[in-house]
Amino acid sequence: MFLADTSSPAVSWNLLADFQQMWAYPFMVNAFRAGAIVSVVCAAVGWFMVLRRQTFAGHTLSVAAFPGASLAILLGVSTSLGYFGFCVAAALVIAALGRKGRDAGAEESAVTGTVQAFALACGYLFISLYKGLLEGPTALLFGSFLGITTGQVTLLAIVGALVLAVLAVIGRPLLFATVDPEVAAGRGVPVRLLSTVFLVLLGAATAEASQITGTLLVFALMVIPAATAQQLTSRPGRSLALAVLIGFGSCWLGLIAAYYQPYPLGFFVTTIAFTGYVLAHLGRALHEALGWSRSRGRTPLSIGGTA
Amino acid sequence: MDPSARSTGPKSGAEPVLSLRGAAVRVGGRTLWSGVDLTVGAGEFTAVLGPNGVGKSTLVKVLLGVLPAAAGEVRVLGGVPGARNAAVGYLPQRRSFDASVRIRGVDVVRLGLDGDRWGIPVPGLGRAKRRAARERVAEVVELVGASAYAHRPIGQCSGGEQQRLLIAQALIRRPQVLLLDEPLDSLDLPNQSAIAALLGRICHQEGVSVVMVAHDVNPILHHLDRVVYIAEGGAVAGTPTEVITSETLTRLYRTPVEVLRTSDGRLVVVGQPEAPALHSDRHSEPGAGGGHVSG
Ligand SMILES: Nc1ncnc2c1ncn2[C@@H]1O[C@H](COP(=O)(O)OP(=O)(O)OP(=O)(O)O)[C@@H](O)[C@H]1O
Ligand SMILES: [Mg+2]
Repeated sequence: MFLADTSSPAVSWNLLADFQQMWAYPFMVNAFRAGAIVSVVCAAVGWFMVLRRQTFAGHTLSVAAFPGASLAILLGVSTSLGYFGFCVAAALVIAALGRKGRDAGAEESAVTGTVQAFALACGYLFISLYKGLLEGPTALLFGSFLGITTGQVTLLAIVGALVLAVLAVIGRPLLFATVDPEVAAGRGVPVRLLSTVFLVLLGAATAEASQITGTLLVFALMVIPAATAQQLTSRPGRSLALAVLIGFGSCWLGLIAAYYQPYPLGFFVTTIAFTGYVLAHLGRALHEALGWSRSRGRTPLSIGGTA
Repeated sequence: MDPSARSTGPKSGAEPVLSLRGAAVRVGGRTLWSGVDLTVGAGEFTAVLGPNGVGKSTLVKVLLGVLPAAAGEVRVLGGVPGARNAAVGYLPQRRSFDASVRIRGVDVVRLGLDGDRWGIPVPGLGRAKRRAARERVAEVVELVGASAYAHRPIGQCSGGEQQRLLIAQALIRRPQVLLLDEPLDSLDLPNQSAIAALLGRICHQEGVSVVMVAHDVNPILHHLDRVVYIAEGGAVAGTPTEVITSETLTRLYRTPVEVLRTSDGRLVVVGQPEAPALHSDRHSEPGAGGGHVSG
């Protein structure tokens, strides 16, 4: 996973020089580009996912990325195809089987769990069928930033732009349907349709993230930024923007760390994001303990210990 | 004050705001009620009463257009239910936000104003409009007396505080019709009468028709123009003095029911069946026992 051909690059602490050094390698440029796209898309979609309490669905969709990628390798087609195909298909299955009534949370999680188990089993089968050159499922499960091609970056950018565009169009009714489904339905918001569309967006976003952090660490980019931002502010617009910033920051910092240190990228991204989350939590607890929020009548922390 | 005194009925000639004719509803394969006739005019305050599980919330959903009526004709604001929902304010029954919901009360109220609009607001454009929206939110939050906690995350507000904010959400678009499903739920007695008085004022001064599901008629008795009492199978509608009487309710429930008036003017219904214990095929006789008064 570590760069074998560069003999231990050293940090000069001159950011400009460091970036120039890193970006001398085309694969690092691609990694930073892909990281930027994926972290922004995932933070935005993840913000809604956390608010909708659909993290379990998100996790299942990311698990579906694993059989997708392994089947693509088995068949010799592009892994991107496998990622997007399987994640979006799993999203449609969850949407079709679950959420019949309004309080269908338990049923939905049962359906989701079923899909997840089946996806993992398929991935295992595909991996064992492919006895050849596959070095092992580690890269699929924990991610790799080496060898992201310019073609992959383009695909990530196109899908990411589509996801963000759809999210921008449906954002407000989706928020309404999330916070207050009955009133939204009464106002003519197509709550069920939005829920399906959102699952498809979630599938696309997890497919993107899986290609950077691997299947198992998708939440580093999807849940942690949103959860951190929602700790820091309860204003929807601000907290969404903050989530995007935190996601972007942890991803790029993780890439820089992974360039200089011989440990996996997924570890760095997750650790940095997690540190931010813990700091935000502590900050908020401190604020509440000191009673500042009460005297101002709202939760006042708006910037704080981001990654 | 005698509640019948303000029962003036809808302005003659004008089309009623809400009307049901021989309406019936089926949920999950069984008929909840049938043969329901009701007319509500502009600026009338109507209470929907009846035991648990009889279909009061279902009636509200039919008026909102999210559930179809199985029979009869239902019209809201001159169209089919759901067609003019921009002018209908709706408060569903008993919602409470989980303590972890990190959205402010004002944001929830604001969603009632423009939450159904697609697309995101372009920064810099429509600044005046945004300010108007903010002012409207502040105004309606002030109206229901929720200013002190509207900027807190709604999950951290108490049940009664959340209820006030949700009433503000229902009011924000200046609706012509308010459909409120147990809005006084989780409010204490002084707050019940304060909210009832507020709704009565909005109803009679601003000409908004209010349809309100309630379990206790007493907090709203002074403001009521019309009562719908739903029982298994049928319903009676009319002024409170016509409907909330021993004879009418006994006829409706086919079991002795007594209405007592306490010395302070409160009504107490004794012997009313608590809940429709068994849903037999008695439902097939439509509207039995329901003397329908409509106006
Ligand atoms: N989706 C559904 N499928 C099947 N039955 C339903 C459904 N929704 C409601 N019901 C049934 O319809 C009946 C009426 O429900 P409704 O919520 O209208 O009662 P209600 O009069 O509002 O009662 P409460 O006073 O408890 O609020 C109940 O017996 C309920 O079990
Ligand atoms: Mg009800």
